[in-house]
Order: sequence, then C-alpha cells, then structure tokens
Amino acid sequence: MDWNNMCQTFNDKDNVWSWQYTCEIFPDLLDAMWVTISATFVAYFVALILGLFLTLGRRSPIRPVKWFFQGFLEFVRGTPPLVQLFFIYFGFPEIPYIGFEMSAFTAGVLGLGIHYSTYVSEIYRSGIEAVPKSQWEASKALNFSKGQTWLRIVLPQAIPPVIPMLGNYLITMFKETPLLAAITLMEMLNMAKFIGAKYFDYLEPFTIVGFLFLLLSYPSAILVSKLEKRMNRRFRQKNA
Amino acid sequence: MLKKGCMGRLNKKVVEHKSYQVKDPIVRYNDITKKFGDTVVLNNLNLEVGRGEKLSIIGASGSGKTTIIRMLMTLEKPTSGTIWVDGDYLWHKEVGGKLVPADEKHMRNVRGKIGMVFQQFNLFPHMTILRNVTEAPIRVQGLSREEAEERAVTMLEKVGLAEKVDQYPSQLSGGQQQRVAIARALVMQPKVMLFDEVTSALDPELVGEVLEVIKDLAREGDMTMILITHEMDFARDISDRIVFLDEGRILEQGSPDKILENPDSPRIRQFLSRFIGNSSVSGLATTK
Ligand SMILES: Nc1ncnc2c1ncn2[C@@H]1O[C@H](COP(=O)(O)OP(=O)(O)O)[C@@H](O)[C@H]1O
Ligand SMILES: [Mg+2]
Repeated sequence: MDWNNMCQTFNDKDNVWSWQYTCEIFPDLLDAMWVTISATFVAYFVALILGLFLTLGRRSPIRPVKWFFQGFLEFVRGTPPLVQLFFIYFGFPEIPYIGFEMSAFTAGVLGLGIHYSTYVSEIYRSGIEAVPKSQWEASKALNFSKGQTWLRIVLPQAIPPVIPMLGNYLITMFKETPLLAAITLMEMLNMAKFIGAKYFDYLEPFTIVGFLFLLLSYPSAILVSKLEKRMNRRFRQKNA
Repeated sequence: MLKKGCMGRLNKKVVEHKSYQVKDPIVRYNDITKKFGDTVVLNNLNLEVGRGEKLSIIGASGSGKTTIIRMLMTLEKPTSGTIWVDGDYLWHKEVGGKLVPADEKHMRNVRGKIGMVFQQFNLFPHMTILRNVTEAPIRVQGLSREEAEERAVTMLEKVGLAEKVDQYPSQLSGGQQQRVAIARALVMQPKVMLFDEVTSALDPELVGEVLEVIKDLAREGDMTMILITHEMDFARDISDRIVFLDEGRILEQGSPDKILENPDSPRIRQFLSRFIGNSSVSGLATTK
C-alpha cells in the first residue's frame, strides 16, 4: 500500500515516539474522527430539538404537563450521562413491550442528545425570558395565536442572542463523545484503545486523539467567541 | 389605589357620578372590579362607549386608566363583572342564556375588533417596518402578501412613513416608531382603537407629529377611539366626552368643555391646575 510504504521511510519503529507508527495508524484514527464528528452533530441536533420541546413543555399552562417536563428535566440532569447511556444501550432493550435494540451510534446520540437537551433548554429559557413582556402583549393586541406568537415573534428574538452559548455546548458535546466508547462505539478514543491494544503501544494513538480533539475544538471556540462579539454588537444596535 | 378594608367607607364619601347615556354602545363595562392581590384598582366600574365615539380618560397616575383599556385588549382579566363588545361578551360566552368563561377561540373572535397602541410602541425589533405592519394581516387575517402590503403601504402613507418600509424600528425616531405602531394597529381594521399615553415616552419635539396623526384619524369619523392622555389641549380637541378617573372610580364625565373648563369636582380643578399654561406636561404627570 502506498501509504504504508510512505510511512516506512520514517523507519524509526524502535524509538519511544515512532513517526512510522504514527503515520501507519493515522488513517484509522481519521476514520474514527468522522464517527466522532457525526455523532456530535446528530446528538447536538437531538439536543436542540428536544431542548425546545422541554422548554415549551415546562411553560405549559396545563399543570400535569408542566410537572412531567420539569420532572424529566430534573431526573436527566440529576443522573450521570454515562448511566443514561448504559441504560439506553444495555437496559432499555430488555424492557418488555417497549424496549428494542439500537446500534451503538443511535443509542449514543440519543443518550448524549437527551442529556444535553436539558442544558440547551436552560439556554432557550434564558433567551425567551429576555424577550420583554411587551412583545407578548403587542402580539396579543394584533390577535396572533399562541403558536404564531412563539414562532414569529418570540423565538426569532430569543434565539439569536443565545447562539454563541448554544455553540459552546456543541464544543462541550464534542469533547464528551469519548463517553460513547463505553457503549462500544468506535469513535476516536475507542479506536485509539483498540490500536494501542493491538500493537502494545498506546503513546502515539492517545496523543494523536488528544491532538485531533484540540485541533477541532480550539478553532471552534475562537469561532464561537467571534460570533458572540458579532451578536452582541448586532443586538445592542437593535435595542438602541 | 384603595385597600380592600377601607372600601366601604370611601364608597359613601364619593359623590355618585350621573350615569351617562350612550345612544349606540359598542363597548360596555358592567360592574367591573379589578384587584391586584388585595389592592382594588377598579371598583365596580360602569362605562359605555358609543359607536364612533372619541372618549378620553384622564386622571392621576395610578388611578386605573391603563387597567381599564388593558382589560378591553384582554391583557388583564377583570376580577368580576362583564365587558361587552359589539354584540359579544369579551371574557364570557353565552351558553343557554348563561355566561360561562370564554375559550380562546371566542376571545380571539372578539379581540379582533380591538386594536391598541402602547406607550412604548412595542414594535417587533427583528422585522422591517413593512413586515411589522403586514405580519398580522397575513398570519391572522389570512391576506395574501400582495394585499397585505398594499394595505400596509396605504396605512404607512397615512402616517407619513411610506419611505421607511425597508428600515428596522431601531433606525427610526420615537415619533416615527409610534406612527408605525399606529399603522400596524390600523391595518387590522379594528372597530375600537385604544391609545395608552402614546406620547408619554417621546421627546417633546416629537409629540406633535404623533398627535397630528391621531387627530386626522379622529376626524375621519367612524372608528371608536378610547384615549388615555395627559395632553389636555389634544383631549379637548378630539374628544366627544372626557372621563375623569379617580382611585378606580369615575368621578365625573362629560363634554370636554364641561370637564376641562367647569368641573363640579374640586379634585378635577386641582388636577387640571397642574396643566395650566403647559399643554405638554407628559414629564410632569407620567404614569405607569
Ligand atoms: N400587574 C399589576 N400588578 C399589581 N399592581 C398593578 C398592576 N398593574 C397595575 N397595578 C396597580 O394598579 C393601579 C392602577 O394602575 P394603572 O391602571 O396603570 O393606572 P394609570 O394608568 O391610571 O396610571 C396602580 O396602583 C398600579 O400600581
Ligand atoms: Mg397608565
């Protein structure tokens, strides 16, 4: 293979840090990185959507609905994500009638998405509460329905200012994906462990994984803080 | 503001206003009482507004003026009593001759007859001026975009802001924003328009342009208008009737000349004395 031939030119297999070994295992780790990235985005999407439902559910005028969502939120936030992942992947399929098996990927993005939806919901809430009461009143005076008021008036004002905060959670979730190794998903950490066990050499794979995490999350963090500055500027101008 | 406990005693002291006959009422407040917690803000209010009438409500800050019109806009729920608008009860529904609490559908039907302009404009900051004015006709009344824009531009022309359609509220002066807010309410073609101290938040030099727009509206005739204002010259100019509100009760009502020139109540004379020689005193008697 071309790549492996190329790697052999390093010819330093006996060193503590071998560039040849690094080079050889790199393609597999890169593949695993795509698993990590897609798990992050799918889980994030689940969190964004579910978080919105949680937020709206908690504000429901119907008491039992409100209590249900509030209780769900407390429960999810009060238990470790790892326990939730184990429950969804190993426990849930055993429940009679409703349980079914899922792939590690599906269970992982669901678990992570559900867990983080509670934090996302908090962010939505802060955004929604920042919309002045007078905006609701103006909507009512124009006879918008409840749904129209949410969709057309409140959310378009509530979401943009919290986009940077939501962005921060994307990065946080990205860094939490190694948890999915515990339910057998072959994401970066699991792959590194697998490679390390195969060749009895863990230094390079784990170092590369750490480096890849940094490589992706650091620029994202800078992007988010840039976005934050821009949002602040835009928002201040609009409310001037 | 009256406390529950002393209500009984005060009732006897206050001179009952002569009830006022309205020919063709479009709004009726029947025995409306409004409490916030233990605070009685409106006490057994009875008020009728005639179709096409221009009614001004004046009175000291905290006397309950805003609460009266907020109840009509369904932003505040009466503690007891009924409000009737153009053939229907607002907060109630008649079922088999009995009044039961209204559902949202009924409330929306009746609410559609009413429009309101707020002290703080309350435009939608994320929408252009044109969308501020077209959004409700499109979403609520189901107009096509073209129809809605045509109507909106007509209204914006009426308030002198047709050239601002593509700007955002933050790019407009307070006076311009308030005129857009008036257009936004008008485009829904309400039968009753409510104005709550619409110039109180404006710099003095911007008050005139907004009052002119409202005067033009009043002159056009058919729309019923209920206005809360501290602009006494303006109230005299456009009102068919002025109601003086005092601690949640109507102390006196009548023609502008009667109430502003020759009120029976010394309290009103005292209130008006603050406005003499100063017609735009929004800073002097700001209310909540
Ligand atoms: N949401 C509320 N909660 C408690 N008290 C209120 C509320 N709204 C108004 N009030 C009180 O009701 C009284 C009348 O208020 P308002 O109708 O705004 O008077 P006005 O418009 O004449 O100044 C005031 O004492 C005010 O503090
Ligand atoms: Mg007021």
